[in-house]
Amino acid sequence: MNYISVRNNQTIPLSSIPEMDYPAFFELNVFTLLKSNTSHCVNYFGSPQPGQIRLTCCIGDDDLGLIHLSSCVVTAQQVLPSFSKHHLAYEKFERELHENFGIAYADHPWLKPVRFPFNAFDKNSSIAGYPFFKIDSEELHEVGVGPIHAGIIEPGHFRFICNGEQILHLEIQLGYQHRGIEALFVEKKKLLQRITLAESISGDAVAGHTVAFVNLWESLCGFQADKHLQWSRTLALELERIAICTGGLSGMCTDVAYQLGSAVFGRLRTPIINFFQTWCGNRLAKGLIRAGKTNFPFTPALKAGLNNVLNDFEKDFEEICEELFSLSSALARFEKTGVITQQLATTLGTVGMCARMSGVSRDIRSSHPHDLYWAFDHQPIIKHHGDVYSRAQIRKEEIRKSIRYIRKLLEEIPAERNDRSSLSSPGAGSFTISLVEGWRGEICHCAITGDNGELIYYKIKDPSFHNWLALAMAVRNNEISDFPISNKSFDLSYCGHDL
Amino acid sequence: MLSFLLIVLASLFFTGIIIRTKSITSGRKGPGIFQPMKDVIRLFKKGAVYSKTTSIIFQVAPSIYFASIIMAICIIPFGQYKGFISFEGDFVFFAYVLGAGKFFSIISALDTGSSFEGMGASREALFSMFAEPAFFILMGSLALLTGHTSFHEIFASLHFGSYISYILGVLATFVFVMIALVENSRMPFDDPNTHLELTMVHEVMILDNSGFDLGMILYGSYLKFAMYGAIIANLFIGIAPLYLAIPIFICTQFLFAITIGLLESFTARFRMNHNAQYILALSSVSLLIFLGVLLMLGQLN
Repeated sequence: MNYISVRNNQTIPLSSIPEMDYPAFFELNVFTLLKSNTSHCVNYFGSPQPGQIRLTCCIGDDDLGLIHLSSCVVTAQQVLPSFSKHHLAYEKFERELHENFGIAYADHPWLKPVRFPFNAFDKNSSIAGYPFFKIDSEELHEVGVGPIHAGIIEPGHFRFICNGEQILHLEIQLGYQHRGIEALFVEKKKLLQRITLAESISGDAVAGHTVAFVNLWESLCGFQADKHLQWSRTLALELERIAICTGGLSGMCTDVAYQLGSAVFGRLRTPIINFFQTWCGNRLAKGLIRAGKTNFPFTPALKAGLNNVLNDFEKDFEEICEELFSLSSALARFEKTGVITQQLATTLGTVGMCARMSGVSRDIRSSHPHDLYWAFDHQPIIKHHGDVYSRAQIRKEEIRKSIRYIRKLLEEIPAERNDRSSLSSPGAGSFTISLVEGWRGEICHCAITGDNGELIYYKIKDPSFHNWLALAMAVRNNEISDFPISNKSFDLSYCGHDL
Repeated sequence: MLSFLLIVLASLFFTGIIIRTKSITSGRKGPGIFQPMKDVIRLFKKGAVYSKTTSIIFQVAPSIYFASIIMAICIIPFGQYKGFISFEGDFVFFAYVLGAGKFFSIISALDTGSSFEGMGASREALFSMFAEPAFFILMGSLALLTGHTSFHEIFASLHFGSYISYILGVLATFVFVMIALVENSRMPFDDPNTHLELTMVHEVMILDNSGFDLGMILYGSYLKFAMYGAIIANLFIGIAPLYLAIPIFICTQFLFAITIGLLESFTARFRMNHNAQYILALSSVSLLIFLGVLLMLGQLN
């Protein structure tokens, strides 16, 4: 068939991605490549060319550990048959293409704005004019929540259509956090500026997005990261996973008003993020990960400190998990709330925790390993009920597994090298794709360089991009008062989606 | 007179004790026990802000709500001492004076036109409706047992003698505690600390109230707590002399507050649709009391 298969973080010449006409492109990506559960769309985007748009579709094959790339050149305002009609996983990607380039889809089921970007094709569209789905009925009522969040976290608008206490439909409108990050990546020329941007994509996934960026950049520059760099990146990812998952459990306890769990998990999160502070001077791990070097080599003193932190953490963590997972009043709230079936998860193309909770094995650490994950032979943690309880259990077990991995990492710390060569500049006309399993799921960064090796297009995809629709589907037929706990158990990023 | 003063006294520290208990169980130091009262005093010094969509109902409702609670407290006796108001069948008056206050708070929530507040109002109305049979069956049974129909006479002539009467005392306490939790919108029926409008019952109804009005609503609920505490204390005071009765009263209030604090610390709250079932089940506990009373009176031979 007409596609090229690459590995995670492999740089190829842009011209080697096969280009075909739209019907062949459609046939390939909708019917041929996405046949089984083990393949999913990791990214599908358009990059502007003079007078044209080049669509690139990246399908991840989890069995082979490959990413199949294909492309197609179309002109703006062309009316095309949509992928989404046959495969709903493309829904958001095509909405994004429609919004950014004005590509009209004849049979897209839900062609609405995504995030109201600054460089939108239709300059007149504004967030105030979002076309909400409406139902005319005497019995039903609408409840609008936001954009100001009750807990003042991040802005997003949720519009419920309810029959009494029961949710019939939820529409989630985002875009309030749009900062134009993708455009800034191209605009800002210094590496430091770009890394700082990567650190700001989503505040709770700093390590995830930064590792994705540095892996991609090093690959573009032909730099092979040594053991120490890979080691510290893996450690940062796992620490972040522990910290945010613990915070997530605390939030879930708060939402069912279980005070003990809320207080204890909240306290347990602090020493972990404080360890980042001792390591690199920032609790969110900003500044820790740099392309081609590290400013904060791991020292034996840090090792002793981390061991103590983990020992203290593990003891209390096991105790409170025992309490929470045997507390009938909490389980009554968790079980059978916000269910996503395996079939629905596959249809929507969810990633990360939101896929694994429904029995879909989708974990970059095992399917497309990077850094030191080769050494772990990671087995994804799979649950099958797809409810809040499954999501809580996945968090618990991910934390345990991360602790095991960190202990293993600490056994042998590769020596910091002083003889690293400096980064060269990126190769001309190249394409690189980088996948990272952040705590929330699969993070995907893609870059295209121009003829002089300058970055000409940068594409970011946060796992939330796939998963927001899953939240909207999960709460259907639930009680509206169960929405907060469902929402917290998904724990999706607003700014990661809005970019 | 005495009961009124004691209830006002208890209301000053009641909520503070709940909050302090919760702080201690979660490993925090927590605010002083008079902090909720200080907050109310701060609110009393402020003016209120009214939304343009609201009408006169919204402005008078907090006062009516507060007045209804004061009126209800006037009926509560203290052992052998009558309240300000006492007449045959006054417990029916008690229930419906509170009901009138609640009615006004519900229509004032609807008056704001907010979709959240309407939801909260409908939940509050539903839960109170389900709690009503439990209260009346319980009070009816006690009336049947003692042969009197006013709070004062019922409590003054309530004597614990046989085993059954102790069981009845325990059950009655349980029902009163639960009714107090429903009426005050506490855990496990409602979470007073939540920031999530979609899950609130009582808190969402008062989202639009501010300043003096909010102070009245908050202090009203403190009084309501102390009032239910006083009813429970009355079950045990009987005709005990004052030097025993007052310590029993204070101890009961303390225990009641600590129990609520512990309950709120170590359990999660109910799913909303389980609330209605659970509250309705209180009525069957009341029926059990009724059965016990029939047994004691020898009506079931």
